[in-house]
Amino acid sequence: MIKIENLNKSFGKLDVLKNINLNFDAAEVICLIGPNGSGKTTLIKCLLGLVLPDSGKVFVKGESVLGTWAYRKDFGYMPQIGRFPEQMKIQQVFQMMKDLRGGTGMIDEELVDSFSLGGMMEKRMGYLSGGTRQKVSAALAYLFNPEILILDEPTAGLDPISSERLKSKVLKEKQHGKLTLITSHNMTEVEELADKVIFIVDGSIQLNKTVDEIKKDTNESRLGKALAIMMEGQSIV
Amino acid sequence: MVLAYTLLLFLLCSGLFYLGSDYSSTLVSLLHVILLIVPLICIMFGTIHFYNSREFIEMLLAQPVDRNSIYFGEYLGLAGSLVMALFIGLGIPILLWQPTEAALYLLVVGLMLTFIFSALAFLTSVRSVDKAKGIGSALLLWFYFAVLFDGVVLLILHYYSDYPLEELVLVLTSLNPIDIGRVLILLKLDTSALMGYTGALYQKFFGTGFGQVFSMSVLLIWIVIPLFRARKIFSKKDL
Repeated sequence: MIKIENLNKSFGKLDVLKNINLNFDAAEVICLIGPNGSGKTTLIKCLLGLVLPDSGKVFVKGESVLGTWAYRKDFGYMPQIGRFPEQMKIQQVFQMMKDLRGGTGMIDEELVDSFSLGGMMEKRMGYLSGGTRQKVSAALAYLFNPEILILDEPTAGLDPISSERLKSKVLKEKQHGKLTLITSHNMTEVEELADKVIFIVDGSIQLNKTVDEIKKDTNESRLGKALAIMMEGQSIV
Repeated sequence: MVLAYTLLLFLLCSGLFYLGSDYSSTLVSLLHVILLIVPLICIMFGTIHFYNSREFIEMLLAQPVDRNSIYFGEYLGLAGSLVMALFIGLGIPILLWQPTEAALYLLVVGLMLTFIFSALAFLTSVRSVDKAKGIGSALLLWFYFAVLFDGVVLLILHYYSDYPLEELVLVLTSLNPIDIGRVLILLKLDTSALMGYTGALYQKFFGTGFGQVFSMSVLLIWIVIPLFRARKIFSKKDL
């Protein structure tokens, strides 16, 4: 569904992405992991056209999308920090997004219900806690029933119950054939969700394997441990 | 914030009208205040607004929307609200007291300056990622147009006073939108007679229909160039 070819990006002298080649299919959950500043968010932003790559191509459903914008109707994006004008009410934010994306297509308000945002619709964004703002971002990402979901550290600020609800939503939408891309630092979460794990260090892909393959290669049953072993192996080489 | 600006303009304007004895000199004081305050507020407010809505703009750009529409939407939203503030804060007192031609010119110049300095605010904001640097350069830009520029012009005029400078003065004036505004309004007042030789020159040029069209076009250029320059940078910007 998404294909990335020879993607390069540098900010000044710093090479953030080095020759990235990737392929994502429908009905997959892909976890991007890697140290802080390794290029995970930049890669995501390249897919969304927020960051323009220096060279390389991005294909969505077989069409090159760099410089275009209509393809983003298939995307739902939950940023690391979601901020909206402070005086806007939650309900106004939802209404604005609905106006922006046009009335066609199904509206999916499942997360609004499971996060019980319904009762807070009249609250202003500026008065919300960080976690509640995260919930609003997550609900917005799923609101338009997009085929591709991009979640940037989605559970970082959420309470355990809400995290569980979001995770079950991710798995449920996978059953519906959605492609989900998640960045995360939480290994248990990666283990619960991921079909494939992509490990990025300094802008290069060090590892792109399914969870089963990783476990098999290292003879470990816990993903965190298995990854640690793999990384050690990499650093020796 | 915009409401406070409206109130400030309103109080200033009605205060000056209320206290001033002579209409013409009141208008001159008002002119100087407007020419300082409007650019300052517009460029500062615009820059701060742009940096504060960074994440929000990022969120909007992740939606299926063209970058250009977001950019012009942001600009019109900003300039539009500032223009509203100007019309309420300045327009109402002017209408209440004495809507002369000069006063209406003041309103038009204020309007143009709002658009110009909002565009300059966007230009400074898209040029640097660092908020402190962006706001700093916005402040410097205002200081340059409002204060420094006149000093430089005076210096040039002083050192080359032996040469014929008419055309040079006209060109120099066009390089600063605040100056164009000032000249346009002063010519509508009796005080222009006090401006001496330069005043006579300005009168000869800006007083004519061609001069008026010319200066309005220059002001328009002052809107268009920063606005489109900033748009070009914004369309390639990484967020």
